[in-house]
Amino acid sequence: MKAKNIEESFFKILMIISAFIVVGSFFLIVGTIVVKGAPAMSWDLITKVPSGGFFLGGEGGVLNAIIGSFYIAAGSSLLALFISLPVVIYINAYLPKRSWLGNLTRMGYDVLFGIPSIVYGAFGFTLMMYLGMRASLLGGIIAVTLLVIPIMIRTMDEVIRTVPNELYEATFSLGATRLETAWVILKQVAPGIMTAILLAFGRGIGDVASVMFTAGFSDNIPTSMQDPTATLPLAIFNQLSSPYEDVRSKAYASALILTIFVLIISVLARMLSKRFSKNKV
Amino acid sequence: MTPVQPHISVQNLNLYYGANHALKNISIDIPDKKVTSFIGPSGCGKTTLLKTLNRLHDSSLEVRVEGKVLLDGEDIYAKGVDVTAIRKKMGLLSQRPFPLPMSIYDNIAYGPRIHGEKDKHKLDHMVEQYLKDVALWDEVKDRLKAPASRLSIGQQQRLCLARGLAVEPEIILGDEPTSALDPVSTQKIEELFLQLKEKYTIVLVTHILRQARRVSDYCAFIYMGEIIEFAPTEQLLLDPKEKLTKDYVRGFLS
Repeated sequence: MKAKNIEESFFKILMIISAFIVVGSFFLIVGTIVVKGAPAMSWDLITKVPSGGFFLGGEGGVLNAIIGSFYIAAGSSLLALFISLPVVIYINAYLPKRSWLGNLTRMGYDVLFGIPSIVYGAFGFTLMMYLGMRASLLGGIIAVTLLVIPIMIRTMDEVIRTVPNELYEATFSLGATRLETAWVILKQVAPGIMTAILLAFGRGIGDVASVMFTAGFSDNIPTSMQDPTATLPLAIFNQLSSPYEDVRSKAYASALILTIFVLIISVLARMLSKRFSKNKV
Repeated sequence: MTPVQPHISVQNLNLYYGANHALKNISIDIPDKKVTSFIGPSGCGKTTLLKTLNRLHDSSLEVRVEGKVLLDGEDIYAKGVDVTAIRKKMGLLSQRPFPLPMSIYDNIAYGPRIHGEKDKHKLDHMVEQYLKDVALWDEVKDRLKAPASRLSIGQQQRLCLARGLAVEPEIILGDEPTSALDPVSTQKIEELFLQLKEKYTIVLVTHILRQARRVSDYCAFIYMGEIIEFAPTEQLLLDPKEKLTKDYVRGFLS
């Protein structure tokens, strides 16, 4: 009895420590960014593009990178959605359970899920070389799309697999085709689909390795798909590499902007999925 | 065996789950506009048999079906048969209600809509009609736009029945449709079945012998994937011919 009590408290303490590490690092990271970044935060930083020699202490802001990151994350999330949705519908509503093609697809996206983003960047770059493209918004969107597709498919597949077989049988029994059934299933898991999109967006906006070679960098806001495009993570990296103290503190301010973006997305994802589950039937 | 015209005629049906021979040489004529119940212990194959009637095993790779199921004389397992057309002829009521993720109104209107009905007035009329048919109209008429999930389980099951009726089937398949319901809701469903058999052929899987007796006209006892006995319900339950049926009805077999 006593030994059981000790065991119980031992593991309880371990769990509390683990929880503390997670919550603690969240506050530590956000705290550091706020403390170091807030003094360098200015209206100019978020509303102006860099003027010459920005990374050497020049005037201006990172609006180019904010817009660029947003374009790339939004563009790739949208593109990834158009590719992911048919895949999950096909492997769930069309293929029989445990079919070899379904299994192969699932194994495929699991492998892709684990591939580091630099590989996607390099792959995207190779692809661009082959097609004779320069570093551009389009290149960045393609590379990030490749990066987020596995995340999106996996998240969607996981929620769709929780749909009970009886719901499929219910719609089939009404004489619905597979496509009509798929729409009902998607409606059922709408919050999960939303979460998948936002997760992909959050991942896309924060990744640096995939856009480093493919999107390039520019002081200007892109006006076409062929323009090289700045991204926030890369801007932060460039600022941090600067020898000048005030440029480095601007890196923290930029990181603060990025973090706020990602936080807003997470909160939005939570709110949306709550709203949807309330309306969900 | 059956004095009335069969609506569904199962002939020498065998079903395999991988290596498992789940249904063995099943032949049964299900009479038109009567309630036929399948009884038997858990895992005997009664639900499996029910699902062969509207080809719900189609998307399971490991299931193999041999034999014929004639619906009004046409084999539904023949090549080139339109599965959705067959399923449209049969409403299914599952063990637990699974309302579609939409409003009460849209649940009923879903079937007619996918089959091409667009007229708002007709749909309104149908929704009201079928909700009345399952005695749900008075309970929900003021909240037709509310999600169907807000209804109680008993109401959801009646909604699912109405949803099935809205595609104008000829047959209702019930897979232990009252097993998740409280006694009052169960009674309502049973009463509905008794009314509905005027217009529909009903096949009911149940593990409650009293329910089979209350509701069904004919009853088949299934054991280990075989139909042991098929007879008018009273006769099967009160005066079974086979020893296995006798043992089961008396509670010696489960």
